[in-house]
Amino acid sequence: MASSTRVTFPNKVLPYLLLAPQLAITIVFFYWPASQAIRQSVLREDPFGLSTQFVGLGNFKRILSDPNYLNSLQVTIVFSIATAVIAMGFALLFAVMADKVIRGKGVYRTLMIWPYAVAPAIAGMLWLFLFNPSMGTFAYMIRSAGYNWDPLLNSNQAMLLVVAAAAWKQISYNFLFFVAGLQSIPKSLIEAAAIDGAGETKRFWTIIFPLLAPTTFFLLVVNTVYAFFDTFGIIHAVTGGGPGKATETLVYKVYNDGFVNLILGDSAAQSVILMVIVIGLTAIQFRYVERKVHYG
Amino acid sequence: MASVELTNVRKVYAGGVEAVKGVDIDIKDGALCVLVGPSGCGKSTLLRMIAGLESITGGTVEIDDKVVNDLGPAERDIAMVFQNYALYPHMKVYDNMAYGLRNRGMPKDQIDKRVREAAATLELTHLLERRPRELSGGQRQRVAMGRAIVRNPKVFLFDEPLSNLDAKLRGQMRVEIKNLQRQLGVTSVYVTHDQLEAMTLADILVVMNAGAVEQIGAPLDIYEKPASTFVASFIGAPPMNLIPVTADESGLILKDGTRIGAQGIVVSDKDAIIGFRPEDLEVATGTESHIGGLLLDLKVLGVEPVGAESYVYGIIGGERVVVRVAGRSVSQPDDHLRVIIPKEKLHLFGGNGKRI
Repeated sequence: MASSTRVTFPNKVLPYLLLAPQLAITIVFFYWPASQAIRQSVLREDPFGLSTQFVGLGNFKRILSDPNYLNSLQVTIVFSIATAVIAMGFALLFAVMADKVIRGKGVYRTLMIWPYAVAPAIAGMLWLFLFNPSMGTFAYMIRSAGYNWDPLLNSNQAMLLVVAAAAWKQISYNFLFFVAGLQSIPKSLIEAAAIDGAGETKRFWTIIFPLLAPTTFFLLVVNTVYAFFDTFGIIHAVTGGGPGKATETLVYKVYNDGFVNLILGDSAAQSVILMVIVIGLTAIQFRYVERKVHYG
Repeated sequence: MASVELTNVRKVYAGGVEAVKGVDIDIKDGALCVLVGPSGCGKSTLLRMIAGLESITGGTVEIDDKVVNDLGPAERDIAMVFQNYALYPHMKVYDNMAYGLRNRGMPKDQIDKRVREAAATLELTHLLERRPRELSGGQRQRVAMGRAIVRNPKVFLFDEPLSNLDAKLRGQMRVEIKNLQRQLGVTSVYVTHDQLEAMTLADILVVMNAGAVEQIGAPLDIYEKPASTFVASFIGAPPMNLIPVTADESGLILKDGTRIGAQGIVVSDKDAIIGFRPEDLEVATGTESHIGGLLLDLKVLGVEPVGAESYVYGIIGGERVVVRVAGRSVSQPDDHLRVIIPKEKLHLFGGNGKRI
């Protein structure tokens, strides 16, 4: 099948020319920095870049036995799972609800998509203003309800706040895909299930949810990567990794160690580990989760 | 086992569009009723109202002498076969058929027995472990049928179930559906836009046009006595030839001014339409009498041989007509034929299109 539909170019040079821009971008923006990071991760360099020493896997050994690093790993796992689950759960709920709206469908959807247009740092600031213990509107309300709200001191509350902010921003994106996924399910399937005596809840779990599996799977990959990498701005604005190191994710620690503390070797080694983690996660998802997905 | 009775059923959509305008149909227990009409005539809407998938604006739908207007689709005890089959793609054939029974809380061993029986009836037994995407169009169609019969419902509803199949398979499945329906004796409503399907399947045929019923009756009665020019041109292939005429005391006049003999034909309307089936024309050799019939001049435009018969296309009185001739036709374009329409084969319609 595949071989018969394959396009062949009579010209030997043209295909490479057509690929060149894509390859150039990948090389300049991915392979080059990545190889720099790998090189840096086996070196020890002073903050001023005056002396450089080859240390082999020394940097890796040190960070992997560093309790701060292991704490950061744990924070990342909790943060990522919580963010992905909340962002996808709410998005699915909203998408199912939006699917039922008949009047003003377009307006409703447009409003749901807006948060995605907000830059991460701005989103973080918004949540900070709402929940900052000294000036936040919601913080004031929570406190007057008798709850001791202080994410600047309480690490669980800090985690809750960054997860909420990160998930809030991602809900729009997930919502968009779930809405599209729901629309691609033929209406007659739902009707057939209704005739087959399945109530609304049953229809959702036995027909709609399984048919959304490709969308859910795709979003799982995207959300994990998002929680790992794209939430830096939010964490930076809301908690700065604190209190203590309660919300310091792996990416945030790379930034702290490399750009704030200028421990370049450690920071590079951490980013190499991050790279490996993401490659591993993606491979696992594609290899094992995808098997259980039914396309069409 | 149930009768289905529609009384003055209406459907008006939110925008004010009246999709179904007061339909009365009475389907006896075990009969197969076919709703036929062009796209947008409201036949699918009507079917979906019987199914409970579409709300009923006015009138009543009764199944088994019980008004079901306010019941959900599941409570009406009907089964529906959809145009795209609507099989659950993530379930095996077995689970597709068992789904409705499981939802009704039937014990596992009974479900298994029913599914296997239905599968045997439809020759699906070897496919039970497959998923819908691994099946051909005809097999999917069978699974959709299986899902309907396994529930043993009061009424079967078919929404253009054969329109996604190729011509040969369609003919084959048509016969199977008819046999299965006879065998099970389940009252059925079948929607199609294909007049051949409608003619061959129906016990009772309902021709619909623009949201209203044009004619209800046995298929051959409708073929022989169409109630309007719409029915006349919709049922039968090639369709009935219709030629507008004007009438005065002495006979009928074609639009191009030709006066045609019309002894014994009395038309009260000034404007009328005469109709005749393509197979009812006789080509005159010149000697036979045409007393009581119409003798017309036909200019040949072209001939289409289709094997056992030929269709001669031509013009009578400025109107295009088609004549069905047994075997092959020797006519050439621009030939003139003298054709006779026997009086008893002539259909007369008034200016409003209704049968006179």
